[in-house]
Amino acid sequence: MDLKDKIVSSYVAFEDKVNMNSNVHKIRSEAFQNFEDLGFPTKKLEAWKYTSLNSVLNEDYSLFPSKEVAVNLADVKKYFIHDIDTYKVVFVDGKYSSFLSETTHEAFDVCLMSSALTKPKYKPVIENYFNNVAKQDNLTSLNTAFAKEGAYIYIPKNTEVEKPIQIINFTTGSEAATMIQPRNLIVAEQNAHVQIIERHQSLTKNAILTNSVTEVFADRHATVDYYKIQNDEVTASLVDNTYIEQKSESTVSVHTFSFGGKITRNNLNFYQKGEHINSILKGITILEGKQHVDHHTLVHHIEPNCESHQDYKGIYNERSTGVFNGKVVVEKEAQKTNAYQQNNNVLVSDKATINAKPQLEIFADDVRCSHGCTIGQLDEQALFYMQQRGIPIKEARGLLMYAFANTVLESVKIPEIKSRITKIIANKLGVNIGFEL
Amino acid sequence: MLKINNLAAEIDGKEILKGLNLEVKPGEVHAIMGPNGAGKSTMASVIAGREDYEVTHGTIELEGEDISELAPEERAHEGIFLSFQYPVEIPGVTVTNFIKTAINETRKAKGLEDMPAKDMLNMIREKSNLLNIDRKFLSRSLNEGFSGGEKKRNEIFQMAMLAPKLAILDETDSGLDIDALKVVANGVNTLKSDDNAFIIITHYQRLLEYIVPDFVHVLHDGKIVKSGDASLALELEAKGYDWIKEELIS
Repeated sequence: MDLKDKIVSSYVAFEDKVNMNSNVHKIRSEAFQNFEDLGFPTKKLEAWKYTSLNSVLNEDYSLFPSKEVAVNLADVKKYFIHDIDTYKVVFVDGKYSSFLSETTHEAFDVCLMSSALTKPKYKPVIENYFNNVAKQDNLTSLNTAFAKEGAYIYIPKNTEVEKPIQIINFTTGSEAATMIQPRNLIVAEQNAHVQIIERHQSLTKNAILTNSVTEVFADRHATVDYYKIQNDEVTASLVDNTYIEQKSESTVSVHTFSFGGKITRNNLNFYQKGEHINSILKGITILEGKQHVDHHTLVHHIEPNCESHQDYKGIYNERSTGVFNGKVVVEKEAQKTNAYQQNNNVLVSDKATINAKPQLEIFADDVRCSHGCTIGQLDEQALFYMQQRGIPIKEARGLLMYAFANTVLESVKIPEIKSRITKIIANKLGVNIGFEL
Repeated sequence: MLKINNLAAEIDGKEILKGLNLEVKPGEVHAIMGPNGAGKSTMASVIAGREDYEVTHGTIELEGEDISELAPEERAHEGIFLSFQYPVEIPGVTVTNFIKTAINETRKAKGLEDMPAKDMLNMIREKSNLLNIDRKFLSRSLNEGFSGGEKKRNEIFQMAMLAPKLAILDETDSGLDIDALKVVANGVNTLKSDDNAFIIITHYQRLLEYIVPDFVHVLHDGKIVKSGDASLALELEAKGYDWIKEELIS
């Protein structure tokens, strides 16, 4: 039985465990129908031209892992940003781990999607926001059909969340292959501020497929900073579908750090519904072996006077492959848009590949849109210069790549994340550089 | 200190150096002058070990040891410094971090521990004062957006930090105004000792008014064709290079 058939036939069993007479379930059922019609994306779809999921889909995934596996904090502490105080919403094999989490209901909610989807007190928020901005495409529909657990974060008006919130999905590999589908909802009401750190981490070398959907709503004047740390085992694959809706004068930034994983697909979508909105999309990708990362971004400029800033840097070693498909749509009404997109890539090996595809669709006439895309090798002249000053070639390469990626780190607001990413990069590049950029 | 014997080098099959001989002793300053295309910058690159050039003949000895097979960083560790005619911009790495890395990598190669942060800081302070370098300048990305003068001053600053045995200054004076030139010259004169040596590559006599050479050599068509003392530079300035070419023919 192929994975689609397996998923379709498991739906009845899933329905047994949820309340079928709710609005949420109506949404699920429609989404299920949608997935059943569409199936998994193939390379025939323009949006999936450069990424094939075949090697991932042929595993025999356990869809609802049932074994409870105890996870020791000492063993997983390193995957947290642990040197600062944070809220934590942690899942193990798709199930909430109260032991590893630190939630709150005091001034705002940092808790579970499973509660939000079922308890009456969350109903108004769920009805307003759940599945409101998420697209109806194949994999988002698949996630929606089985939407049950994930992080639920609701920040009311004028509230600044001082501690960052970590959302971590651990998979233990208790089955030979596991598929999980986290569903997150983040709502920042007017003038609210929140910082989120998301991570998917497999604790074994067993095959993992994560199909995650996150919806983010930023109301007027709200600020959301989102950091995605993708440094998973090379046996784990991830499809991250993130949808962000912004209202006037809000700022949302998403930094995606892609170092690990077998196949990683980031569908990052911004919809600007208001004026004077700022959307920031940044990424550092460093790959090796046969790793594959596909960044598929969309910024939809719908109203006037908004900005978007994209800066993606990629370093591709060995036989790794990368995709950057950055689409910017500027509607006719969206005059005075300032959209900036930059994608720079370094191919370290002759066998590495990058497919870069900037896509600009501009229907307004008074806009500033710029995009730049480069694919190159390390600057020989700079390498010689550094060697001449006594820096060995390996360190010189490392330092140069480090510096190349650095512009993306400048906008990271949490110093602990900056130093963590810096360390991962130094590690990845096999250099020990005696300072942090 | 440095002994170049009958050195020939080519790039992309084109021979640039054609039997170059030069000996530099500790405490000496040598100026290399010559018309465009004579091979001056090639000579500097070949001594520093740039891999684009192939040494086809001859040897380069530093303190009696042939270094012509060493990697550029190994030559740097042995005490060779090249001040680039066009210093490379490296966005994302500050001047301070770059020089720290350079010093500590050099120490590592010699089996030494990293320099203690405090010593490093003191040294940076001392050398930047020597060269009138603003502290703010040190936290900028290496050479990025620097003026010509700032780039050259930064080269001399790095030289002061690394304290090489042999420093080669490749057209350090080009692009400098008279004030910057004096600062650079003053830096070199302060660093000069009985134990180190300088090779100054220049087009013009101007820099040599401030750094007085012990020897002046004329490089022409890949060879040193004439050597003299500081007065030769003045003569070249006044008469150009043609008379040397004529001398060679006759």
